[in-house]
Amino acid sequence: MSETLATLNAVTVTFNNTPVVENVHLTISRGDIITIIGPNGAGKTTLIKAITGIQPITAGSLWRKPGLSIGYVPQRLQLQPTLPLTIRRFMALTGASSGACRSALAQTGIEPLYDASVHRLSGGEMQRLLIARALVRQPDLLVLDEPAQGVDINGQAALYELIRSLRDSLNCGVLMISHDLHLVMAATDKVICLNQHICCSGYPEDISHDPAFIEVFGQPVAESLAIYHHHHNHSHDLHGDVVQGQSPHHIHGEECRHDHP
Amino acid sequence: MTILDQVLGDFFWRALIGGLGVALVAGPLGCFVVWRRLAYFGDTLAHSALLGVALGFLFQAPVNLSIALTCVGLAICLVLLARSRALATDTLLGILAHSTLAIGLVALSFMPDVRVDLTGYLFGDLLAMSRQDLAWIYGGAIVVLALLFWLWQGLLMSTIHEELARVEGVPVERLRLVLMLMFSLVIAVAMKIVGVLLITALLIIPAATARRLARSPEHMVLIAMVIGMIAVAGGLAMSWHFNSPAGPSVVVSAFLMFTLTYGLIRQQQQ
Repeated sequence: MSETLATLNAVTVTFNNTPVVENVHLTISRGDIITIIGPNGAGKTTLIKAITGIQPITAGSLWRKPGLSIGYVPQRLQLQPTLPLTIRRFMALTGASSGACRSALAQTGIEPLYDASVHRLSGGEMQRLLIARALVRQPDLLVLDEPAQGVDINGQAALYELIRSLRDSLNCGVLMISHDLHLVMAATDKVICLNQHICCSGYPEDISHDPAFIEVFGQPVAESLAIYHHHHNHSHDLHGDVVQGQSPHHIHGEECRHDHP
Repeated sequence: MTILDQVLGDFFWRALIGGLGVALVAGPLGCFVVWRRLAYFGDTLAHSALLGVALGFLFQAPVNLSIALTCVGLAICLVLLARSRALATDTLLGILAHSTLAIGLVALSFMPDVRVDLTGYLFGDLLAMSRQDLAWIYGGAIVVLALLFWLWQGLLMSTIHEELARVEGVPVERLRLVLMLMFSLVIAVAMKIVGVLLITALLIIPAATARRLARSPEHMVLIAMVIGMIAVAGGLAMSWHFNSPAGPSVVVSAFLMFTLTYGLIRQQQQ
């Protein structure tokens, strides 16, 4: 059993008497990759802000491992253009040595920009900088709010791969919000579908069949995800149509755990 | 000792030394005004200083002290009111800025025994700097600079990104309060130089000029300090030569430097 980092027990957050997050139970352990998905306004950001301690909770209880160090990657980093800041200086504000800063930047692939101004970075580079900044603090728990936004499609896959490898090298827990359902399903251990309360949670391959998931995201999305997980059960011809009969019984990879219909 | 006495005995030198002291603290605090978009907030605090003057006369307290205390009180009110979100912050600031100024003016008119040089408070009376004023300015400057040096990393981090700072364990709220106390202190001492209506200019213009020349936050602070000091010296020289009012002259010379650097950088870029 790996070490528990944080536990939420019936956590509720309300704004002006309107519940935004309601009755959430959640346990995060070292080594977990937990992804929160859900529609806009479902309270995803509020929930992770509650876990990081930025957002006070209204009811329930939140336990964090004493001395828990959190690496936080906020949704949007709007930097005041009036504040001159280089990546070097921004990283140094963590108090880490320049060697550690450089190697964190190298891990996220933006070390060549060490002396560049943060105001010149593209969306993807900014995300990588924020992740580097979070990981240089050697966090127990990495919390990311839509880490892949502003990153191109190839970059997105690489980014989730990076997050996975960071989990392994830092032996930390990872909690993130994502809208990239297909990529999430491939890169995560546990998915939580949030719509104020937790609609459903579980392994990615199970959740896309869950009625609660289908209710939140609609049949087409759920089907497209189901297709994603079963993409090897049929072939396509050159027009993209499904060709039946060529491989009637799909072959499971070693990791496959799903049942046959 | 005799040289110092001679220097301090001359009103012009007192004005220069006092002005330079204010520029020294206005530099770093001005940078925070620019970074945190507090221009209107600073203006509101400055306007309330006149209420502080009136209260000082009413309770026969030292004027500098009552200005500082009034600014602190207003700053705390502002933070609490802004948190309730009943009104947009700029509306709230607009109401409080002009109301406190007006209440100050009305209150002063009710004190027939008190003869106040209103122009001095509104636009500054640099040339009437006393030795006591100098002690206030340098005492305040030492306190503010020491606090800034001590709290620099946290202040900078919470300015860059408040939530990130909070997750990293920076006491964001406490630092905000300290920053406001520093503003109040600086306004109380800077009022002598440029007056209620022009204090924000002395905070913002050197910092905004420095932004175009600086490569790091610390660099920007140092340049803002130097530009503020040049502005004070230039304004006094202007006042000496053309017999213009000293406070506004300081602001004019700061503005000239701003336009000059702006123009030079534009030219370089082309």
